[in-house]
Amino acid sequence: MDAIKTTSLTKYYGKSRGITDMDLTVAQGDFFGFIGPNGAGKSTTIRTLLGLIAPSDGNAQILGMDIGRQKEEILSRVGYMPSEASFYRSMRVGDIIKFSAELRRRDCSAEAKNLCERLELDVNKKIRELSLGNRKKVSIVCALQHMPELCILDEPTSGLDPLMQREFYAILEERNKGGTTVFVSSHILSEVQRYCRHAAVIREGRLLASDSTERLGHTDAKRVRLRGTKLPLELPYVKDVQTEGDSVSFLYGGNLKELLNVLAGMSLTDVSITEPDLEEIFMHYYS
Amino acid sequence: MVKHELKQGRTTLLIWTAVIAFMLALCVLIYPEMETQMGDVSSMFAEMGGFSAAFGMDRLNFGEFMGFFGVECGNILGLGGAFFAALLGISVLAKEEKEQTAEFLLTHPVSRRAIVGKKLVSVLIQILLLNISVAGVTAASIWAIGESPAFRPLFLLFLAYLILQVEVASVCFGISAFLNQGGAGVGLGLAALLYFLNIIANLTEQVRFLKYATPFSYTESADIITEECLDVKYLSVGLLFTVIGIGVGFYRYCRKDILS
Repeated sequence: MDAIKTTSLTKYYGKSRGITDMDLTVAQGDFFGFIGPNGAGKSTTIRTLLGLIAPSDGNAQILGMDIGRQKEEILSRVGYMPSEASFYRSMRVGDIIKFSAELRRRDCSAEAKNLCERLELDVNKKIRELSLGNRKKVSIVCALQHMPELCILDEPTSGLDPLMQREFYAILEERNKGGTTVFVSSHILSEVQRYCRHAAVIREGRLLASDSTERLGHTDAKRVRLRGTKLPLELPYVKDVQTEGDSVSFLYGGNLKELLNVLAGMSLTDVSITEPDLEEIFMHYYS
Repeated sequence: MVKHELKQGRTTLLIWTAVIAFMLALCVLIYPEMETQMGDVSSMFAEMGGFSAAFGMDRLNFGEFMGFFGVECGNILGLGGAFFAALLGISVLAKEEKEQTAEFLLTHPVSRRAIVGKKLVSVLIQILLLNISVAGVTAASIWAIGESPAFRPLFLLFLAYLILQVEVASVCFGISAFLNQGGAGVGLGLAALLYFLNIIANLTEQVRFLKYATPFSYTESADIITEECLDVKYLSVGLLFTVIGIGVGFYRYCRKDILS
């Protein structure tokens, strides 16, 4: 059974495109990254999966259950963290966390206490007094306190300081080792590359690629950095040329032998040819 | 969920209850002084033609407690209660999107139907609490000035205003399901419109049909005090509007795309 499976999932807002023919599969127990720029359809996909918006076409299953017919059962087994952490402003942090547990008809007090301690969250503060980062922490506790089988996290680390980001991912990794499926939408590709085993890339509402982060990161293109010249090379298959001082850097997707022949005729002080990171590949997809 | 809604709305409820109860109590407490000056004024009020008819003053004796209370009560509890009910109803569903808490609430394992139902129950409880408190304060004020009006018309007056508030809240509840921003202006505007529709309908026979469109038609104090019953034909239409408002609220909100 897959944790998430969508088949031709489509959502239009009137005539505006949300997502189109989305076929996405996330295996149970996976740590999955969902990558795409603003407006690509990440949040639309997530909102459709959670029943906040109804699909225009296609269907989806979460933990083997239909998102339309078994929404409440799905939500009882899922923890969701929205990109914008908004709560009832007059309530205290502790009351929000308790209210969330009550809506789930669960006593989550022990796990909530543990999470609040790890995230250094003051439960006595009022929501209106919290910074974005602290509201994010409340959101994390609400999403994780009931020990969900599937965590759906939309841009979870925006607003969190680097130490908290590390702690947050440590918690997710622990949960993942315990069998929880983690589905993270993120702009931060280094984050996805570091923690996710699989990832999908979405652009303009369509799924471009879905594979292991290792395979997604593998491409025939190389990142070439030359020192001692700032002239762009007269070669085909060159992309993303960046010059800085006496250096030039570019993505090269052609024959390596041809590249080396050209480089041999130049007077360079340094040459490096490396695998591009996921961020560069991501840019490559969107260029 | 109901407890949560009541907690969220407690300040608003307290303020509206205090204001309406204070105004009604003040109105009752000044009656003994007004009574002595009302002898001549009462006949003048009754002889102002359409204006008197618009407020039912042609059939009520301002020199008697129930006549005085009926007109004043209509203005304070009628309009004040309608505004309160409209604000409650119009915001109860829309506020979750306006304050961006809908995403939090609706991603918990509670069906939308249950959420809408519990929100409606919380609105009805708040209306009931306001009316019980206001009736209690009014009763204490009446006792304080030593008046002993007939119970039945007084009870029917309060009952009519309670039903009016439920109807206004229900219609606004239905509208609320379509909104994703605060609709306070819409709610207050609708309540004011319904109030003035009744006054216009009282002015001339040609637009008497408008009384079917407004719940203020079955809260006419002149009718209630003289007939000692509520007008079933207007009440039935009001009940229909109530059911439609609630039905539309459930139907729309259970199918609505939550975008924020």
